[in-house]
Amino acid sequence: MSAIAPTVQDRQVSEMRSLIASGKRKQVIFAAAGVLCTAFAVLVLIAAFLDLLIDGLPRLSWSFLTSFPSRRASEAGILSAWVGSAMVMLVTMFSAVPIGVGAAVYLEEYAKKNWFTDLIEINVTNLAGVPSIVYGLLALGLFVYQLGFGESVLTAGLTLALLILPIVIVSSREALRTVPGHIREAAYAMGATRWQMISDHLLPYSRGGILTGIILGMAEAIGQTAPIITIGALTFIAFLPPLPVSFEFPFLNFEWIRSEFTVLPIQMYNWVSRPDKAFQLNAAAAGVILLAMTLIMNGLAIYLRYQVRKKIKW
Amino acid sequence: MVSIDASVAGRGPAPGAGEQLSLKAEARSLDFYYGTFKALKGIKMPIYQNKVTALIGPSGCGKSTFLRCFNRMHDLYPNMRYDGEIRLMPDDVNILAKNVDPIEVRMRIGMVFQKPNPFPKSIYENVVYGLRVRGVNNKAILDEKAEQALREAALWNEAKDRLNDVALEMSGGQQQRLCIARALATDPEMLLFDEPTSALDPIATASIEELMSQLKKRVTILVVTHNMQQAARVSDFTAYMYLGELIEFGETDQIFIKPKRKETEDYITGRFG
Repeated sequence: MSAIAPTVQDRQVSEMRSLIASGKRKQVIFAAAGVLCTAFAVLVLIAAFLDLLIDGLPRLSWSFLTSFPSRRASEAGILSAWVGSAMVMLVTMFSAVPIGVGAAVYLEEYAKKNWFTDLIEINVTNLAGVPSIVYGLLALGLFVYQLGFGESVLTAGLTLALLILPIVIVSSREALRTVPGHIREAAYAMGATRWQMISDHLLPYSRGGILTGIILGMAEAIGQTAPIITIGALTFIAFLPPLPVSFEFPFLNFEWIRSEFTVLPIQMYNWVSRPDKAFQLNAAAAGVILLAMTLIMNGLAIYLRYQVRKKIKW
Repeated sequence: MVSIDASVAGRGPAPGAGEQLSLKAEARSLDFYYGTFKALKGIKMPIYQNKVTALIGPSGCGKSTFLRCFNRMHDLYPNMRYDGEIRLMPDDVNILAKNVDPIEVRMRIGMVFQKPNPFPKSIYENVVYGLRVRGVNNKAILDEKAEQALREAALWNEAKDRLNDVALEMSGGQQQRLCIARALATDPEMLLFDEPTSALDPIATASIEELMSQLKKRVTILVVTHNMQQAARVSDFTAYMYLGELIEFGETDQIFIKPKRKETEDYITGRFG
């Protein structure tokens, strides 16, 4: 203090003020630049969204959702596409959730910390960065040819499950880690086995975080196009897969997973590449639906995360 | 107040005065290692049945480490090693032996932690958790045990109308008593308290201390405490530890009035630590 004080006192007040003013000018300039950058990003997003809405909204109607694709743009709809998307998502969910959560529990709670688990960890994190077309190629070789699943809902669902596994694993692990050590110790001190501790405490308390990860993964999967093209989704389908539920015994029916299919992004891709402007409007309308689905999923994830943070105070 | 009288009277006649002491557990040349660090050095100490034994000593002296050997808590973490024995009576089993399942040990010896750590479940589910782990699902038995444990933990009157509320909504002192009830519900032979009042206010502390004095009629208690007055108030026996070694063990009155070792006297009189 004593070393600085005299110099501050010696200095002219005006000199000091000009120093502060120049500091503040820089601050204003930087703030303005920041606002511009933010505004640019947001504006581009809004513009793209508005463009889609203006093009697509007039085409949105009940019949657009309940009609098959057609050669006449005004009669074409996305029935087979959204039903296909829903079925693929069903397969994705039922395969990615157990595998992803299981892997997360294993890595967090069972695996000993050594070079091997480090390797697995690095791999899982890196898998999130692998281009999606690579997953498509893998799926084409493995699911379509080797395992003979064909160009089916099953293949697509499993491919997307692979794609979102890193997201599910990483977010599940983070959710498990938020359960504090003293809760684990409390369970063990009561004589719980490791599995009892996991199933009675860890999983229920981290449920919200795990669910958030799953939903974000699904939102990622539903928009994927490249891997689905690679495994050979059809672009023109004028029939629905067999219903998963039937009114006769045994009520459940799994023929649909072997069925050929299309999904929303593929349908859009198909329409966009046509020369007729009317089809491009159809594509925009399908885009609105797809975007709405993604936004709803993301919104749900944010809401869940907020609820969890609000509820649990350790 | 009656409670204070009761807690003093509850200590009973001095152990030397003709009362028969029976051994509940005994540490025999116990060493403990975190990696290569030797945290406990040749601890030899008896724990007497239906008595409160307090472990005192400065931070890092190994008292919590010693306490956590009794329910094999260390087994949850890697790179640790026990050497020597802790014999648990009446079956005279070495609970640190490799072939003894830590879960079995934890089912016999309960623990109450420093920070109240109820599960984020209902009060009722907290109390009966130990029974559920042991496979009890009969509602009538669970209800009865829950009431009994909550009464023993002096929490029944406050909790009986809100058994389905989430336990985290209770005050810190209530949460700690809930943790005691949770540990009592499974009828443990011994209870470990790891600085059970260090996160609580003086009133809650007094109620926990009173509880300990009453509980020893049922269970043997081992308590780690930073608070020497607390050790003097609640315990029958006191052990002073320093740098992983047991410096002195004896009746609490003797330790506090006439310590045999100079180090113990320095610590107790506040000249050190």
